[in-house]
Amino acid sequence: MSGTTTRQEDRTARSSRRGPGPSGRRSLLSRLLGAQPIGWLFGAPYLVFAIIVFAYPLAFAIYMSFFDYFFSAPGVEVDKPFVGFDNYVAVVTDPAVLQSLGNVLVFLVINVPLTVVLSIVLASALNKVVHLRTFLRVSYYVPYVTASVALVGVWLFLFSGNGLVNNILGPLAPTPSWLVNPALAMPTIALFVTWKQLGFYILLYLAALQNVPKELYESASTDGAGVIRSFFSVTVPGVRQATVLVLMLSTIIGANLFTEPYLLTGGGGPNGASASPVLIMYQRGIQQGHPGFAAALGILLTIAVLIVALLQRRFAGGKEE
Amino acid sequence: MSRMTRRTRRFARAGSAPLSRGQAVLRGVVLGAGALVFLFPFYYMIIGSLQSSPDTSVSGAFPDPSNLTTSNYEAINSRIDLFQGLINSGIFTGGVVLCTVVFGVLAGYALAILRWRGRSATFALVLLVQVVPFQLLMIPLYVLIARNYGLSDNYLGMILPFAINSTAVIIFRQYFLQLPRELFEAARIDGAGEFMLLWRVALPLVRPAVVTALLLTFIGPWNEFLWPFLITKDASMQPLAVSLANYVTNVAASTANPYGAVLAGAVVLAAPVVILFIVFQRYFVSTDVGSAVKG
Repeated sequence: MSGTTTRQEDRTARSSRRGPGPSGRRSLLSRLLGAQPIGWLFGAPYLVFAIIVFAYPLAFAIYMSFFDYFFSAPGVEVDKPFVGFDNYVAVVTDPAVLQSLGNVLVFLVINVPLTVVLSIVLASALNKVVHLRTFLRVSYYVPYVTASVALVGVWLFLFSGNGLVNNILGPLAPTPSWLVNPALAMPTIALFVTWKQLGFYILLYLAALQNVPKELYESASTDGAGVIRSFFSVTVPGVRQATVLVLMLSTIIGANLFTEPYLLTGGGGPNGASASPVLIMYQRGIQQGHPGFAAALGILLTIAVLIVALLQRRFAGGKEE
Repeated sequence: MSRMTRRTRRFARAGSAPLSRGQAVLRGVVLGAGALVFLFPFYYMIIGSLQSSPDTSVSGAFPDPSNLTTSNYEAINSRIDLFQGLINSGIFTGGVVLCTVVFGVLAGYALAILRWRGRSATFALVLLVQVVPFQLLMIPLYVLIARNYGLSDNYLGMILPFAINSTAVIIFRQYFLQLPRELFEAARIDGAGEFMLLWRVALPLVRPAVVTALLLTFIGPWNEFLWPFLITKDASMQPLAVSLANYVTNVAASTANPYGAVLAGAVVLAAPVVILFIVFQRYFVSTDVGSAVKG
């Protein structure tokens, strides 16, 4: 950013030296920076911020992923040899990484259908209700606005070996219990995240429902369609965009789970059955001191997320036109 | 009330086929069951935090006067300094909210109202920052901020990665876009500068957007765990979410009633956001949040 300002001053200085007067200076300035150059001043803090915490770290991550990077005290020169694609090869052949990707898949298989079904049903019911509307709205969103750390505390209590859930289930309670059972740890996390995020998706679907033309409902009921029928043939296709968005956001959330596997299942346990890619980044990069490996994993995940986001734009965009 | 709700009501009256009594009852049952599932864990959090010995039986879900105590709050407070934790969370959150409201409003105004070269590229950057999750940049950010800049155990290091909330910038931009352009033309002819225009004309008109954006911005850092967890090792600098999480993983086992103490901490962590949300819930409108996410 500082570069841009100096360049701007430089140009202004040069133009005044040529001496076309203030009007000439303004036209050059506006040719260079647009009609209202003050826009640069207003946007500058955000641009500086985006460069410091987004663009530069992104470039640094790419750099790091090609080196055997070591943490060192400031000022101490440590040899950080260039290793080419070694980190990437290590990432894609690492069994723990592959297991964590499998876990994301388990997460998606449970989270996406559950979220879509529950939030469409609850949003369309909420859309028609008149009484207690505010109470219901608030109660649905409360888990979404509350810290995961606080909610994990209750879930640990509810889903522990002799917790309330197992007491209600009685003889049906799974052994080993939910969070220490390799087959159930990830599904329990998926359930937790679905519950926590559902309010947000209900919000999205409520917004999407406002865009379904009411004429469609009228013609459906003229054609003799009942409530259930018009729900499936008008509501569900009408909110398709929101559904595609759920898929995209769930993928991002699944890849980025950290708090839940770290706290709920004690660090992605049992035996990595609930580890997420970001948890592995933390363990390898910061705990075990291999930031190059972690950076490579981060780059691959970023690319995957961007591909999903672009696919989403494609899908949703095609529908709009 | 919001535009949204008015529109919804009209829609509900005109749009849908009249429901039979049975369907209305079914709808009530579905909504009620939903509310129960969402609220019960919160209720159980409070009950559990007040039990002197953890009662996980079904009857334990109801308050039992002989088993009620506030000692769990004292127990957690003796292990982690709740007050200091709340102060640290407050400084972290306050810093982010302040930066977002000052610099985010400026950026939103520049993106919506001002015509300058690079505006569309800047907007694309805002969208991109929003799409790439923070977690994916955590390794380079950790190396830069903690190792190179020496900002670990420092409020600035905590705030920096979250300083300007991109979603808030998008919300500000959208609201500024809705303002009539003639308003600005007229004020400019009267000789008002852009700062004056923003402060006197535009901001008063978008006050609801500011509240919505502040609410969304507040929730992020208050609930954030991963970044402050990475960057604070000194217990006296940790936000409450971090010290509570460390308590869960390290020391809970050595307490007489570990669940009670964890739940007491959870209540203290959750209460400010939940109260704030209930007070300002009408600003939490679906159209803003939905469109902000969709970009």
